Amino acid sequence: MLGYYLRLALRSFARTPGITALMVLAIALGIAVCVMTLTVFHAMSGNPIWWKSDRLYAVTMDNWDPNSPADKRRPDQPPPLMTYKDARYVAGSSVPLHKVIMYTVDATISGAGSVPLRTNTRMTTGDFFAMFEAPFLYGGGWSAAAEDPPQPVIVLSRETNEKLFGGANSVGRVLRWNDHEFRVVGILDYWFPRPRFYDLNGGSFSPPEDAFVPFAWGPALSLQSSGNTECWKPETINNEQDFLASDCVWIETWVELPDAATRERMQTVLDNYWAEQHRAGRFPRPRDNRLTDVGQWLRDMQVVDNDNRVLVGLAFAFLAVCLINTVGLLLAKFLNAAALTGVRRALGASRRQIFTQHLVEVAILAALGAALGCLLAVLGLAAVHHMYAAAHLGQRGGYQELTHFDTVGVAWAIVLALVATLAAGLYPAWRVGRTPPAVYLKSQ
Amino acid sequence: MLKMQDISKIYRTDLIETYALRKFSLEVTAGEFVAVTGPSGSGKTTFLNVAGLLEDFDSGSYQLDGTDVRALSDDARSRLRNQRIGFIFQSFNLIPDLNVQDNVEVPLRYRGLAAGDRRERIQSALELVGLASRARHVPAQLSGGQQQRVAIARAIAGDPAFLLADEPTGNLDSLMARQVMDLLEQINDMGTTILLVTHDPELARRAQRNVHLIDGQISDFRAYEPRAAGAGGTDALGAALA
Repeated sequence: MLGYYLRLALRSFARTPGITALMVLAIALGIAVCVMTLTVFHAMSGNPIWWKSDRLYAVTMDNWDPNSPADKRRPDQPPPLMTYKDARYVAGSSVPLHKVIMYTVDATISGAGSVPLRTNTRMTTGDFFAMFEAPFLYGGGWSAAAEDPPQPVIVLSRETNEKLFGGANSVGRVLRWNDHEFRVVGILDYWFPRPRFYDLNGGSFSPPEDAFVPFAWGPALSLQSSGNTECWKPETINNEQDFLASDCVWIETWVELPDAATRERMQTVLDNYWAEQHRAGRFPRPRDNRLTDVGQWLRDMQVVDNDNRVLVGLAFAFLAVCLINTVGLLLAKFLNAAALTGVRRALGASRRQIFTQHLVEVAILAALGAALGCLLAVLGLAAVHHMYAAAHLGQRGGYQELTHFDTVGVAWAIVLALVATLAAGLYPAWRVGRTPPAVYLKSQ
Repeated sequence: MLKMQDISKIYRTDLIETYALRKFSLEVTAGEFVAVTGPSGSGKTTFLNVAGLLEDFDSGSYQLDGTDVRALSDDARSRLRNQRIGFIFQSFNLIPDLNVQDNVEVPLRYRGLAAGDRRERIQSALELVGLASRARHVPAQLSGGQQQRVAIARAIAGDPAFLLADEPTGNLDSLMARQVMDLLEQINDMGTTILLVTHDPELARRAQRNVHLIDGQISDFRAYEPRAAGAGGTDALGAALA
C-alpha cells in the first residue's frame, strides 16, 4: 500500500500545487533558520578535544583581592590565569603526565628573504603539542631540555611556513624572531580547535598562534603578554623580576592527569602549596584551587553566551510558528478533500488506512521541506560566512569560521524536518480520518 | 442476510434531538431487490448509511451476514464494508483526478488484492457496464450516465453481496436513468442483493419489494409485481466478473 499512498500523495500535490508549495516553503524556512542557528551554536558549544576532555584540566588558584572577586559578573569563579610564581610551581610538579604554562606575545618574524611578518607567538612549555594533540606536518616540538636554559627553537604554523618558506619543509632552517636567530624544529599542519579552549582570552574562536617558542624566552627577553594581564593590589614593579614576583595573573596553566588518583594527588599538591603560601601571607581569599576539565572550563568561561541560547530559542520558536502554519494549511487541505476521503471510507478504507495515507503525504512534505531547508541553510550559512569574511578581510578566525555546513547539520535538518513535520501532521491526518464520511457523500 | 431490529438513530444538537430512524426493523434476504422510498427527511439516506456501516446507530441491533456489526472495530467494519458492500451515490462520487480504471481500482486496493487480480476485476466490471474502452478517461471526460456506470463498475468490481444505491438516477435524464436501472436489474439478476433508495415511484416499482419510510419508521409495505427472480444465484456476479 505504501506505493499506492505515495502515488496518492503526488496526485494530491498536483491537485493543490500552490498550497503544497506554501507548506514546503514554511517547513523549509523554519528548518533553515533552525539549522543555521544550531550549526553556529553547535560549533560554539562543541568540545574540540572531547576525547581527552576528562584528562585535561585548567589549573586555577584564587589569589585575588579578599574584598572583591576577580570577575564581579562571575563572583564564584577564580581568575582564569595564574601568576608566574604559581604557574612555575605547577610546571615543576612531577604529578601530571603533561603540564603547560603559556602566554602569547606579539613578535616579528623574518626569514629566507621574506617580508617581516607580524605574528602572534605562543610562549609555551614543550608539552603543549603532545597535550593538545597539535598535528605536525614536518618535524616536531621541543624537549624539556630545550627550555632551561631556553634554546632558540621555534615551531611555525602551516600558514606562517607558507608565508615564510612557500610551504616547503623548513625544519632546520634559521629565521629571525624578534631579532634573535631561531631554528625551525617543527611545522604544524592545519589545526583550528573551535573554540580555542586552551586560551579563551582575546576571542574564543580565534585561530591558533602563528608561532610557538619555549616559554622561558618570555621572561628572559622581558616579553610582555599580548593577552590579558590582571593585577589586583598595589605593588611596586620596577623591573621584570618585580613583575614576575607580583600577584598579577597572565599565564594559562594546563595539566594532563590520566586518572582520578592522579587528579587527587594534583589537587593535594595545589592545596598544600596554597596552605604554604597562605601562611606566608598570600591567597587572602578562601581556598579555591581548581582543576577544571575542558567541558566545564568552556561552560565556566561562558564561551556560549546567553544571547546565543536565546537565539536558538527564537529559532525554534520560529520553527514552531512555521509548523503551526503548516498544521493550519494541512488541516485546510485535508478537510477540503474530506469528500474524497468520505468516498474512500465508503469504499472500504479504515480510519487507520486514511491516517496512514495522509501521514505519507505529510512525510513527503517533510522530506521536501528538509531538502529545501538544507539548501536554504547552506545558502544562509554561506551568506553569513561572506558577511563576516568581508568584514574581516584576509583574517582567519572569528564567527565566519563557525558557519561551515557539516554533515551533522544535514542530519539535524533531516531529523528535525521529519520529526517536527510528522509531529505537526499527526493531528490533521488523525482529524481527517475521524471525519464522518456520510456527511460528505450526499453533498459532494 | 441483512437484519435490522429496532434500530434508532438520533441526531442531537444542544437544543433538540431528532430521530432519523425510530425503532426501525427490516430483514432483507439474499438476492432481493428492495426499494426504500419516502419523502425528504424521512430517514432513507440514514438507513442506507447505517446499513452500509457508514454511520453508527443509537440502539437496536443490526446483523449483516450473521455478524453483529455493533461489536466490530473500525478496521473490521471497514473490511466488511469493503468486501460485502458496494455503494452507488446520486452524485456518482468518482474521484476526479483518477481515471476510470483507477477509480474502479480503489476498493480493490483497500482489499489488498494482487495487481493481476485487480486488473482482471477492473476489466470485467468495465466490460459489464460497457465502458472498457474508456478506462483511461477521467470522470470529467464522461457524461453523467457514463460516470454513474463507472460508479456501478466500482461498486461491483469487488463482487459484493450488497449494493446500496442512493438515488442513483437522481442526476440523470430519463434515458440514462433507464439504462442505469437496467444495469442494476442485470446485476440483481446475477444474485447481488440491492437496496435502492429513491423517491421516484417508477423506479421503486422496478424493485421486488418497496419499503416506505416516514419519520424514520416504516409506514407501509408496498409490494409491486415482482420481477423474475435472479437467475444466477449469489455467485453469478462473481462468475460474470471472473
